[in-house]
Amino acid sequence: MEATPHSNSIEVEGLVREFKNGPRAVAGIDLRVEPGEIYGFLGPNGAGKSTTVHMLTTLLPPTEGTARVAGHDIVSEGPQVREAIGAALQEAALDPHLTAREHMRLQTALHGLPRAERVSRGDALIERVGLSDAADRKVGGYSGGMKRRLDLALALVHGPRVLFLDEPTTGLDPQSRAALWDEVARLAGEDGVTVFLTTQYLEEADQLADRIGIIDGGEIVAEGTPAALKAEIGRPTLEAVPGSPDEGDRVLAVLQRFGERVPAARDAVAVRLTDGAEQLTDVVRGLDAEGLRVANIELHAPSLDDVFLEKTGRHLEGAGESTEAGAPVDAAAPEPARA
Amino acid sequence: MSTVAVALPLGRSRGSTLRTQVGSLAGRSVLRTLRQPAMIVPSLVFPLFLLAVNSAGLSAATQIPGFPTDSYLTFVLAFPFIQGALFATMNSGQALAEDIENGFFNRLSLTPMRGSALIAGQLASLIVIGFIQATVYLTAGLAAGADFAAGPLGVPVLFALSIMISIGFGGIGMFMAIRSGSGEAVQGMFPLLFVLLFFSSTSLPRNLIQQDWFRTVATINPVSYLVEGIRSLLIYGWDWEALALAFGIATALIAGSITIASLALKERMVRS
Repeated sequence: MEATPHSNSIEVEGLVREFKNGPRAVAGIDLRVEPGEIYGFLGPNGAGKSTTVHMLTTLLPPTEGTARVAGHDIVSEGPQVREAIGAALQEAALDPHLTAREHMRLQTALHGLPRAERVSRGDALIERVGLSDAADRKVGGYSGGMKRRLDLALALVHGPRVLFLDEPTTGLDPQSRAALWDEVARLAGEDGVTVFLTTQYLEEADQLADRIGIIDGGEIVAEGTPAALKAEIGRPTLEAVPGSPDEGDRVLAVLQRFGERVPAARDAVAVRLTDGAEQLTDVVRGLDAEGLRVANIELHAPSLDDVFLEKTGRHLEGAGESTEAGAPVDAAAPEPARA
Repeated sequence: MSTVAVALPLGRSRGSTLRTQVGSLAGRSVLRTLRQPAMIVPSLVFPLFLLAVNSAGLSAATQIPGFPTDSYLTFVLAFPFIQGALFATMNSGQALAEDIENGFFNRLSLTPMRGSALIAGQLASLIVIGFIQATVYLTAGLAAGADFAAGPLGVPVLFALSIMISIGFGGIGMFMAIRSGSGEAVQGMFPLLFVLLFFSSTSLPRNLIQQDWFRTVATINPVSYLVEGIRSLLIYGWDWEALALAFGIATALIAGSITIASLALKERMVRS
């Protein structure tokens, strides 16, 4: 792999992590993240997302393979990698007994910022993440969203060129989640920071990431832009709301002539069309032929969950609820295979 | 989150000096300790409670021929100093284990922090707690009528020895925390260390212990010499042999415990 000092890229080749008496958490992945790109690493719990982040941030040595972050090898140039990166790991890593300002003071000092800059830098970051009013309160009393924002601010203290965010919105309410998405987008868009973001939320990956890698069982099963991935499998879903609740079964029976049944919204029935959107006319004709009326009929483009289903044969955890509610569902247990 | 863009220069970290690292981590360690009265109060109350119970219940021991003083309170005042140091084991271990459990340790590991700075910073809180403990135990003992034969010059010596013992045992707590990464595991080890205290010469001088096996164990047990060093300042004034043994063992304890804690930390900080 060619060294590219001072770049913001991430280059990974054949990265493997095996745990003693445990599974092969990461089973030989290859990926490349371009400078300034937001790369979404999407997968269910236990897929190997956090283990990958721990290796790329030098917290966990790989068993096999190589990776360069910001132009530096993660094994032989650990200090240089750490100097170039910021990371907000799965749990907000904060001391509940310190205030936000004290966290900033400690972090700026450990990173070697000149004494004169420490206070101003800390205050500016606290303001940037909207915690000025709570800056002198102990973080033990912060909400989950406030902790995540402080965690992000701490990761930015030394001006990193590459930012790792490990499930940054897990447990956040929709408002905090949206605010954090805005901030991440701003970091990449305005400051040129390369962002490696792990998530198990389809919506997050879809909205935020320039490109997505889908990981399952320690292997990347698909990679590309959200649009390209969805176009690759390309089978839309047809959802219909029967005109009368009594006709639900009959409407479904007609729909199932054109595809397999999939979960639908309340009072609706849905199928994934076998041959694509052009079947819509045939479906309407079929309903008409049976004398059935529908209150509403919608064609949904393929989602990332469809991509996941296509690649792995199963749905991504929580995907149904996420799509239905318009917001991700909170995660279950954290990934088990951690350092 | 603020919608106002704050132009922050995305600079580079310059790498902090070891002195800066130790100073910052020490400040944080002391601050979090002082903000948790639950970490300090038990280490003050329980030893004083046991001091009161022992000095009241065992005062007849002073009638045993050869007992070195007619005040059992003075004799047993060394006990809380050692017991307080054992609390330091748990406190320092739990603080570190909490950092590991909640991910703060990983955050520190992602900075240019050196492992030695983390250990040294943690010692700062041990010094502060050790100082507070020594002040409270000595003040309470003297107020209750204990003697202090070494006089005012003995006070800094007593404090130095007491703090060194706290650091030595605190290093064991750090080692256990780093190895296990669990506050519960540290707490589980606490009673085992207490055995060392009870199988020592805390309640009787070694030469007056009747049971041969107990006397042998107390003689082998290094805690006996730590107790006797503190006790010598209270009862005899300046017993150089007892003080040399106590300071020597405390130094060895610090060296040993900090070494194993540092090695364990090196293993845990597997970062490349």
